[in-house]
Amino acid sequence: MRTLTKSWDDIFFQFLVNSFLVVLLVAILIPMWRVFVQSVTPLHYIDTKTLGLWLDPRMWSFEAYKQLLSHPAFVRATTNSLIITLGGTAVNMALTVPFAYALSNPDLPGRKFFITMALIPFLFSAGLIPTYLVVQKLDLIDTYWAVILPGGIGIYNMLIMKSFFEGLPEELKEAARLDGANEVQVLWHVVLPLSKPILLTVGLWYAVGHWNEFFNAILYLNDSDLQPLTILLRNILLAANINEYVEYDAFSSAPVSAFRAASVFLTMLPIIIIYPRVQQYFTKGTLLGGVKQ
Amino acid sequence: MRRIFTGGGTMIGISKLKNFIGVQVSRNQQLSYLGRTLYKYRWLYIMMLPGIAYFILFRYLPLWNAQIAFKDFKPLLGVWESPWAGFKHFTTFFNSFYFTQLIGNTVIISLLKLVLGMPMAIILAICIYETAFKRLARFVQTISYLPHFLSWVIMFGILLVMLSPSEGLVNEAIKASGGQPIAFLYSPEWFRAVVIGSDIWKDTGWGTILYLAALMAIDPTLFEAAAVDGASRMQRIWHISLPGILSTIVVVTLLRLGNILDAGFTQIFMLYSLPVYSVGDILDTWVYRQGILEFQFSLATAVGFFKGVIGLALVLTANRLTKQFAGSGIYS
Repeated sequence: MRTLTKSWDDIFFQFLVNSFLVVLLVAILIPMWRVFVQSVTPLHYIDTKTLGLWLDPRMWSFEAYKQLLSHPAFVRATTNSLIITLGGTAVNMALTVPFAYALSNPDLPGRKFFITMALIPFLFSAGLIPTYLVVQKLDLIDTYWAVILPGGIGIYNMLIMKSFFEGLPEELKEAARLDGANEVQVLWHVVLPLSKPILLTVGLWYAVGHWNEFFNAILYLNDSDLQPLTILLRNILLAANINEYVEYDAFSSAPVSAFRAASVFLTMLPIIIIYPRVQQYFTKGTLLGGVKQ
Repeated sequence: MRRIFTGGGTMIGISKLKNFIGVQVSRNQQLSYLGRTLYKYRWLYIMMLPGIAYFILFRYLPLWNAQIAFKDFKPLLGVWESPWAGFKHFTTFFNSFYFTQLIGNTVIISLLKLVLGMPMAIILAICIYETAFKRLARFVQTISYLPHFLSWVIMFGILLVMLSPSEGLVNEAIKASGGQPIAFLYSPEWFRAVVIGSDIWKDTGWGTILYLAALMAIDPTLFEAAAVDGASRMQRIWHISLPGILSTIVVVTLLRLGNILDAGFTQIFMLYSLPVYSVGDILDTWVYRQGILEFQFSLATAVGFFKGVIGLALVLTANRLTKQFAGSGIYS
């Protein structure tokens, strides 16, 4: 009797738990799926029927993608996004890694001072306008630097990198120092080869941030030749008349709604493709921060 | 008497001299010691130079510029030369009708995100932990973490695809069942629901990570012992799982409360429009419009400064409470 009630309890519980998971899964996938379906809907279809969630694959039309991918404005914006993402991440790492490494040395005189120096602006940010004035003063407006430099060191990223370096065995660094290596060589030849996980974690965080960057781009990049994909996407989504930003072929077999959906889908595609492969690095980074708590 | 006096005097003189020389020597020693140490660590300091330059230019120069909150900033005069204005901009803001609306919207949106989003993340974490189908659990994790990495521009696109009155999926359903389409993003009744709902959709999965880690850390023998004692699944969750992640829940809550004035700037900026300012305009979006669009640099900086001060107080309080609660703070 007892085992019977227990197993019923188990079964009911599993039913509840798994239903919740499946419902949640569907709730997350439906909007993304709908973006895709809408992006491949041909013009003659939406004139006659409501789209819903299913479109016969034989009806799929990639006309909107073809137009977007061949359009100079789209190619330009994608190139800009790539430049900002790759260049920005390189700058982030070049600033963050040596700084975090120096601070990871417990004997460094002034270490506490520099850590405090990094924490104060993290706790009290001056706000939007004072930073804008600096970028303006440095004459960075309408250059890629304006979206790359202001976020040069993420304090949180710097701190988790510092604690990772602190956890590396001291003997290895000491041995290299005894062999006459200076600190730059120790970092380059001893520490970095051991730090692949944290470099990937932090690098990926920076890269996602740059790929998704749009507010700094709105603030600092007025020149449409420099604007990243996110800005073009926003313009396409907000434009009453899509022609202002991307020449829309009036004879196209793709409706404007497909055009919008296709630009959304193309912008999220890199994340959909890359993210599942590197997921573990993201979660690890978050847990590193969590453990610190 | 006299000899003693002189002698005493001489003695004092010598000891003063000794003292003087002694101090001198030890200062020299200190200086050369300092010099030697700095030299010893020269490579580390050189490595820090670009970072230090970054902090000065992009973190401390803005703090210096924040003084225009107390000035009448004139771009031609620059930050330093602009005339002082005291607390003028602060009082303007406190007395304006925006004040209550902005604080209200900011706090309400933040709190609703916390109160509604957090239970979702906790339930999801428990479900992922409890399910017997581990592959399903991993799949759900991968899929539910994904939206966290989508920018709010993409989210705006997805929301249009779902909610647009003309072509959105939800409105298709409403029309199919005979209703009138709703302009969710432009209607003051619906806007907050869209903001909170899209935030939950985006970040519930990601929010489970810390709870999952806490669940994994619970001693599994506790569950077995409870099962032997005849505790039902629900009882085990109530009496073992939830207490096991309680400290994580408290810490996350405190942190979120510390950042309550950050209601999600990029999200609101991307989603809002004139018709919904009354329910959706927050401190950050107002600062942006006043500063960048209306050129009210000093007023916008003052409001940003005000937000920074309150935020600092909240974060420090939250950190102190966390320390008391969990034994160690986040910034220590």
